[in-house]
Order: sequence, then C-alpha cells, then structure tokens
Amino acid sequence: MFENLSEKLEKAFKVLKGQGSISEINVAQTMKEIRKALLAADVDFKTAKSFTAKVKEKAMGQKVLTAVNPGQLLTKIMQDELAELMGSEQSEINLKGSPTVILIAGLQGSGKTTFAGKLALLLKSKKNKRPLLVACDVYRPAAIDQIGVLAEQVGVEVFQDRENKNPVEIAKNAIKHAKANGHNVVIIDTAGRLAVDEKMMTEIAAIKSAVNPHEILFVVDSMTGQDAVNTAKAFNDKLNFDGVVLTKLDGDTRGGAALTIRSVVDKPIKFIGTSEKMDGLDIFHPDRMASRILGMGDVISLVERAQQQFDEEEARKVQKKIAKNQFGFDDFLKQINQIKKMGNMKDLVGMIPGMGKTMKDVDIDDDAFKGIEAIIHSMTKEERQNPKVLNGSRKKRIATGSGTSVVEVNQLIKQFSQMGKMMKMMQGGGAKQMMQMMKGRGGMPGM
Amino acid sequence: MGIFGFFSKDKKEKLDKGLEKTKENVFGKLSRAVAGKSTIDELALDDIEEALITSDIGVETTLKIIEKLEERVAKDKYINTSELNSFLKTEISLLMKDSYDEIPKVDGPYVIMVVGVNGVGKTTTIGKLAHQFKQQGKKVVLGAADTFRAAAVDQLVIWADRVEVEIVKQDMGSDPASVCFDTLQSAKASGADVVIIDTAGRLHNKINLMNELTKIKNVMKKVIPEAPHDVMLVLDASTGQNAIEQAAQFTKATKVNSLALTKLDGTAKGGVVIGISDQFQIPVRYIGVGEGMEDLQVFNKNEFVDSLFN
Repeated sequence: MFENLSEKLEKAFKVLKGQGSISEINVAQTMKEIRKALLAADVDFKTAKSFTAKVKEKAMGQKVLTAVNPGQLLTKIMQDELAELMGSEQSEINLKGSPTVILIAGLQGSGKTTFAGKLALLLKSKKNKRPLLVACDVYRPAAIDQIGVLAEQVGVEVFQDRENKNPVEIAKNAIKHAKANGHNVVIIDTAGRLAVDEKMMTEIAAIKSAVNPHEILFVVDSMTGQDAVNTAKAFNDKLNFDGVVLTKLDGDTRGGAALTIRSVVDKPIKFIGTSEKMDGLDIFHPDRMASRILGMGDVISLVERAQQQFDEEEARKVQKKIAKNQFGFDDFLKQINQIKKMGNMKDLVGMIPGMGKTMKDVDIDDDAFKGIEAIIHSMTKEERQNPKVLNGSRKKRIATGSGTSVVEVNQLIKQFSQMGKMMKMMQGGGAKQMMQMMKGRGGMPGM
Repeated sequence: MGIFGFFSKDKKEKLDKGLEKTKENVFGKLSRAVAGKSTIDELALDDIEEALITSDIGVETTLKIIEKLEERVAKDKYINTSELNSFLKTEISLLMKDSYDEIPKVDGPYVIMVVGVNGVGKTTTIGKLAHQFKQQGKKVVLGAADTFRAAAVDQLVIWADRVEVEIVKQDMGSDPASVCFDTLQSAKASGADVVIIDTAGRLHNKINLMNELTKIKNVMKKVIPEAPHDVMLVLDASTGQNAIEQAAQFTKATKVNSLALTKLDGTAKGGVVIGISDQFQIPVRYIGVGEGMEDLQVFNKNEFVDSLFN
C-alpha cells in the first residue's frame, strides 16, 4: 500500500544514520528528502510543507533529551505525527436511526457503486442488518444494472425505478419502501459528479435534505493526486459529510490522499477498499496506517482478519481430529479454504512486517493453492482419509490426474505429514496457531 | 482560432472552460512569483515549484523544469513575466510528444484496444470515440471484452445503441480473449474500418490481470496479425503520481502507444501526463471534457500548454 513511501523514507533516514545527534544541518537534508517523498506520494503541497516543519521542530527540540540514534528518533516522531495527521482515533460508521440512511457521494469512477455493494454485505454479515441498496444514478448508462448485479451477488434487496429520472424522488420512495418492508439500513448510491458541476452538486444537496441521512460518506480514489484537497473541500462544503472511503488501496499508489484529506476537511477515513471482491472492505486504522508508512507492517490487521474469517466451529472439529490422529487431506482442503477466505494472499503477506518491500514484485495470487487443491482433488476418499496408503502407483495416478508431477505430490505428502506432527505437538494450543503455521508454508509449492 | 484550425469554436471554449481552473491557478501563481521582481529569487522559485507540483506535474518533472529555469536565469540574470511564461510553455511543450489526428490507413479494420485501471472512464471514452469515428463516416465495431465488472457489457451496449454502431459481446464472465477473437473476425468479415475493444479495469500491480492483457493482445493477432494497431491507455486527470506507474506497467504488458486523458472538465489538472509523455514517449491523443458523446477532443499539445499559461 504505502511501500513506496516507506522506501523513500528509509532512504531519507539513512542520511541520518551514523550521526550522533540531530543538528540543523543533518536534519535539513533529511527533511528535504521527506518532503520530496511526501510530494511524490501525492500528499498535498501545503500539508507536506507543514508536516515536515512540524517534524523538524519536534526533532530539534528533543535532541538534548534523548541520545538514541537520530533515525529511530525521527521515525518515532514521524509515526506520531502521521498518526495524528490521519486522525488519532479509529472512527466507526453511525448506525442510528430506523432505518439508518447512508448517502454515498463522490467523483466519477471513484468506486461508489462497488463500495455500496461491499458496505451492504458488511452490514448484513457483520452487523446483522437488513440493508436496502438504492440506485440513484440515473445518468450513467447501465449504472442501475450494475448495482442490481452487485445486490444479487451480496444477497440484499435493491430499490430501482427505471422510469423515474429524478434521484430525489427515487431516494424518498426508497425510504418509504424500506420502512414498509422492514429494512433497517438504506444505502443510497448516487451518480458520480464533479465538484465544479453546480447543477449536480445542487442535486446531491437536494437528496441530502430530502432524506436526511444519518451518515454521508465521501468516496475517493486513493490514487488521487493534488486535486484530492479541492474535491474533498468542495464536497464537504456542500454536504458536510461524516466520513471518507478510500478505494483501490490494493493498487500500489502511495496514497498521499489518505494523509491529506483528514487534515484538510477534518473528517475521518472510515473504510478502505482493498479488492474488487465484495468482501474487500476494511475499517481504516490510522495508527496502523502510520506504522505501515514507516515500513513496520500491519500485524494487528493481519491477526484480526485471520480471526474474523476463522470459523470457530470448524476449528473445534479440526482440533478433535488432530487429537484422534484423524486429520486428513479433506481437512487440509478446508483449512486452505479458510485461508483463502481471509482475502488476497498478497495483501496478507504485505501486512507482515519486513515483507512489504520483498513482496513488491512478486505476485502471489489467489491461485497459490491451486496445485495443492488439484492434487488433493485427484485423490480417492480413502487416500484423503488415510494418507498412508499412498504408494508409487497411486502417486503416479494422482500426478496425472492433477496435471502435476510425482515430485510435487511427494512434496505435498511430506509437508502434510510434517504439519501433522507439528499440530500434534501444539495440540493444546488450538487451531489458531496452526493457521499461523500454515500461513508460512501453505503457499510455497504453488508460488 | 489560429493554430487550432480543426477545432470548432465551441470545442475550444469547452476545453478552455475545463482548463480555466488550471489556468487561474498556475498562471495566477506564476504571475505573483515574478511580479515586480527583476530576478527569480528563492521565494519565487518556491512559488513556481508549488504551482507545478499542485498541477500534478510531479517532483521529478518539476525539478527538471526548474533546473532549466535556473540555468536560464543564471545566464541572462533577468527574466520578466512574459518571458517566464513563454519559457515555461516552451519547456513543457518540449517534454510532450506530438500527437496525430488521423488514424493511419491499414489493410482491414484498424484495431484500438483500450486499457486502464478501474474507474478512469474507459467505456465512456470508447462510446465517445465510436461516435467520433462514426461522424467521420467510418464503420465501427465495438468489442465488449470487459466481462468482469457488473453490468459493464450493458453499459457498452447502451453506448453502441446511442451512437448506432455494432457491438460484439458474450455473456458476463466469459473469456475476454474469446470476445476479442469474435469481434475481430466479425469486423473483418463485415468490412469494418475501426474496431474498439473495451477491457476490464485492472490495477497495474496485479500481475495475473496484466498477463491477461498480453494474452488478449496475442489472440487478436490470430485474426489480424498487426492488431491491435493502437493500445490506448486511459488516464484519469485527477490521478496523481501513480499514473506514471500505471503507464510503466501497462506499457510493459501491452506496449501502450497512445493516451487518453479523461475528466479534464473538473478541477483536476492532469499535469502528470507531461511527465508520462516525456518518460515513455507516448503521445496524448484524446482528452475527455464531459459526459456527453461529443465531449471528446483530439489532444493538441500546443493548445494544452497554451491553455495552461495564456
């Protein structure tokens, strides 16, 4: 996500390394590098300037008190400042009201409709809500179809009125419909609009006053450059929105917009979009993001995601099987599916500290397990339950069936038996540790 | 009108209107930077730097321009506002490649493959482009190879109906390479002049999706060996420095040879194309200045730079 910025900052800090204390001279060069890095990361010009000034000020003030190496000290100061700039608290979506009305606004192509679908899924699956998606983009060709398809994908109802070309009326009718049909959340997707388009900006303000939303979310593409400030300001002036959604963060953008928007409009970033899949939506954690910028990874996010996706029920079953020495390839397959549910492998690996940079040019895709799955699928039921029966001719058949080689089949069996032993060893520890271990080895053969 | 001979007055006005904000910002700041000063001092250079950076021109390109400016000031010791303007204009123009306004004559249909990250406006640009070619009396066939994004095919179908051109499509989720194969065959058989292929938006760091583009490109060659004649990368004017990485990765996967810059009717300045044009030697061919089918203009670098500084 922010790897590029981390790299640049690392370079900037190197200048300081090996120097005893922070002086006006050595800090000036570093600050210049940091400012350049921030600008290259699309941080707003003014924000970058004031940010470096603040960091410098703090660094100079602290030099007498602390004798730690200047690089570490600056890292700490930067991290604190970055976290403060991005908002020090994590901010959640407001779900008051019955129904809760959520209005989504933003520029064309920022990812509003995709976000609307993701949010509906999140509220449905994690908050036990019954959301209604509302198609208020009456302009862009097939926008109404798009949200319809997404609604079907995530399994929620959608309110569409193809005859009505008035988004204000559609929104009002949708809320009536929601009340009559027991929906407790209404998510209104609107057309993309430019901040300078007065007619369209007036329209969105009219939708706002007609439906009185509890939550207005401004969706912005994380790749946005210097214009992020203008656009965020203009939308905020018109709508006084409650939060920001930062999309397409699975790209390699340096994401300077994340740093700027919060400070410029003083509104929290509430969600980040991290894949094209409908479950690719995360809560924004400013402190973690700050660590991430400084190349310290995002371990907490990783652990949390693992916990979320991990089916406790399934875990207990597996544990029992391990205890009875009955853990077979079918259970292994289930485990793989658990891991896959956690999301994009590259995302996951990227969250491990130190891996960000290493993994930059390596593509681990969701197919990383394909080879393993193919091999297991080519086994008979008996072979899966009791791997001991796997002899040479069986292995050969499996290799042919899965389009792999006997060597690969052997490799998997070996890994599997090692895993079995390890799991036996940490039996009391439960299945979560096993997950951790599998994260380390699971992907290897496919990579 | 002068050098913008082929632009109607209306079109010129629309671009000017779209770029007005840019013009005010850059030029306003630059004027202030040099007003009443006989030399460019540190402070003025800072202001110029700010003006260029806030236009998304980028640190590297900005430094390049400023270095040249400093050289010039060191040599001549004096530069006034109008000299400064013409100097910057010339320098920026030199960084940009010349575009071409006519598609070259080829044997069979001229195939344009449109690529880009999600949400930049590929499908809308294709709709406008089809309209423009149709107005020129060309027979156009569209290929709906974005079989991934929800309702992407429907969106292109509506455009095809609207501008009255043919479209080749398959079901959602089908192989995009197979859609391209069908499209090219159909276009070849029906004697079409231009084929425009819509592809799914993809982030340039997803290697598998980028490889898919290479595959699509290779499949086209089975029908028309020279196809695609033009791989057009669509960039959103509001995108910052990441656009450079987009250009790098898409070029690597598909050998991009032209750019379209969309959403220039907003407050975004699109300055990043200057660096891209310079670094990759790819011309900007079109700019998008609205949502209507007429709102696509052939890019003219002099006009672009002129609109920034005049």
